[in-house]
Amino acid sequence: MSRQKEKVIAIAALLALAVFPLVASPRIGGEVKNILVFCILTMGLNVVVGYAGLLQLGIAAFFGIGAYITGILTVSQFPFQWNFWPATLAATLGSAVAGAILAAPTLRLRGDYLAIVTLGFGEVVKFAIKNLENITNGSRALNPIPAPDNLLDWNGNYRWYYYLALVMVVLVALLLRRLEDSHLGRAWFAIREDELAATCMGLNAAQVKLSAFAFGAALAGLAGALYAASLNQTGGPDSYTFNRSITVLCFLIIGGMGNLRGAIAGTFILMGYDNILTPWIDEAVQNSGAQWKFSTFKLVIFGLALILMMRFRPEGFFPSRRAEEDAAG
Amino acid sequence: MLILLQQLINGLTTGTLFALIAIGYTMVYGIIELINFAHGDLFMLGAFLALTIVTRLGLEDAGVAGAAGGIVLTFLCSMGFCAGLNFLQDRIVYRPLRNAPKLTPLVSAIGVSFVFMGLGQIWKGVADINFPDVIPNQNLLGTDALRFTAKDLLVILVTTPLMAGLTLFVRYTKMGKAMRATAQNPTAARLMGIDVDRVIGWTFAIGGLLAGAASVIYGLTINTVSFQMGYQNGLYAFTAAVLGGIGNLPGAMLGGMVIGLVRSLGSQYVGEQWTSALVFGILILLLVFRPSGLLGARTREKV
Repeated sequence: MSRQKEKVIAIAALLALAVFPLVASPRIGGEVKNILVFCILTMGLNVVVGYAGLLQLGIAAFFGIGAYITGILTVSQFPFQWNFWPATLAATLGSAVAGAILAAPTLRLRGDYLAIVTLGFGEVVKFAIKNLENITNGSRALNPIPAPDNLLDWNGNYRWYYYLALVMVVLVALLLRRLEDSHLGRAWFAIREDELAATCMGLNAAQVKLSAFAFGAALAGLAGALYAASLNQTGGPDSYTFNRSITVLCFLIIGGMGNLRGAIAGTFILMGYDNILTPWIDEAVQNSGAQWKFSTFKLVIFGLALILMMRFRPEGFFPSRRAEEDAAG
Repeated sequence: MLILLQQLINGLTTGTLFALIAIGYTMVYGIIELINFAHGDLFMLGAFLALTIVTRLGLEDAGVAGAAGGIVLTFLCSMGFCAGLNFLQDRIVYRPLRNAPKLTPLVSAIGVSFVFMGLGQIWKGVADINFPDVIPNQNLLGTDALRFTAKDLLVILVTTPLMAGLTLFVRYTKMGKAMRATAQNPTAARLMGIDVDRVIGWTFAIGGLLAGAASVIYGLTINTVSFQMGYQNGLYAFTAAVLGGIGNLPGAMLGGMVIGLVRSLGSQYVGEQWTSALVFGILILLLVFRPSGLLGARTREKV
């Protein structure tokens, strides 16, 4: 697909998304708002897994760290009570720092071991959120997170958070698009393709990987901040499980790793299936008077789809140009 | 002192359970470098089958002889079922992906895990289910201060011969030798006339066999099963495999024991709710300082 055509499609999709909440029901619109927030998370994971080729199985941890930094800095039970905007910035930077701290000692590990460390870190963060009740309120979560300002009716009308998320998605996508062609982006790709060759060309592999890791964590933190704000609360520890981490990995892989189209499309396809299509079919089945529920089978169907996808189109629905060339041989 | 001893007993018995599941992870990883995320859910399906059999046979009030026979039958069924299912999983899902990039079979494994979990959900529903209490919880020691129950004995009676048998199998049989060769270098093994796909099939079957045994033990001793049990226990078992040095058989057994002990001692001295975080914290620290695990050989990254 040419750059030109890509641009046209992106703008068309953006326009459709901008008009969508004006015509959609609040329930569906709210779901799409959620999907937009998760698009940022998937794009963050894409930096680590897709661009730099590091398997990260604990992205939910950074999502959670972002949400809880926002929560701690804004809710009334703590003395900070910051406004949403500086809190979001702090969540983004805080997650990046957490990512760097985790990555610094572990980046020399071989691929799978790094994946396992991230998995373990994800579990540690989940249990920390659950158990540090003095700070996190445990499973009751931190709430209420105040609205960004008093000018708009943030809590009464989901559309404001929807447009905020949409603007963030566009900003992040533009930033990453520019990064792909930058010195840093090319360094990420080089490390992914052949670490040895890249280091022979004078790249500092540890530094390049660390930056990818921290960058991915930062985007996950930003997504977490938006998620918490749009829910008015941080969501309990169960929102930040290993299951979430691998689900987001599935978004990325079904969509197509290593490019923005894939990350965004994958998130829309799978979350759309889970949160919009499944309830819709359930409702239709119920209205027809049948006794069974589609949602009972949703996990099996999702699993089968993953297996079939890996068998017949492992590069995802919207592969990056490079993956397309590889698949063509 | 007695408390410590008690926690050691508890830790070692749960540890052997994790070890049995961990072996399935470690053997598969050792041969095809795949983290088989579906293994924990296979364990869950085994436990569900055991639940069905135990309930159908009415073992709860079958008398000692009847219960013993029924338990043996349950073990055989669950072990056979899990072995067959694991073998089929490899045959249908992973075998066509042998030459694919590593992420492809990994995502397939996540897919299989979802399918298994979904099937478990359809089979028995989402709620926790009570597993009939067939084995009496009676203390075998003459004192009240220390408990070593019939359930603990069952765990040891089943796991020890299985692990010993597996060790002997891998060390002395022709298939065992072929497994070790394939783990070392699949290409060279193939050149030496080893049917690598057959070896991999056997590996999956054996891993399933042990997971099946573990699932029956779990049901009989923990007495609660749910469709999510595979996820949490699978994660622990996988951690055990990594702790011991993934791909390393004695390592998986040791890793299982270590995790069992960390959990039991942790719940005694640190606090029940922190044990899981403790396990994964130790995992991270160990990987930072000794990436190959407790018993794993230090391999150099191939260029």
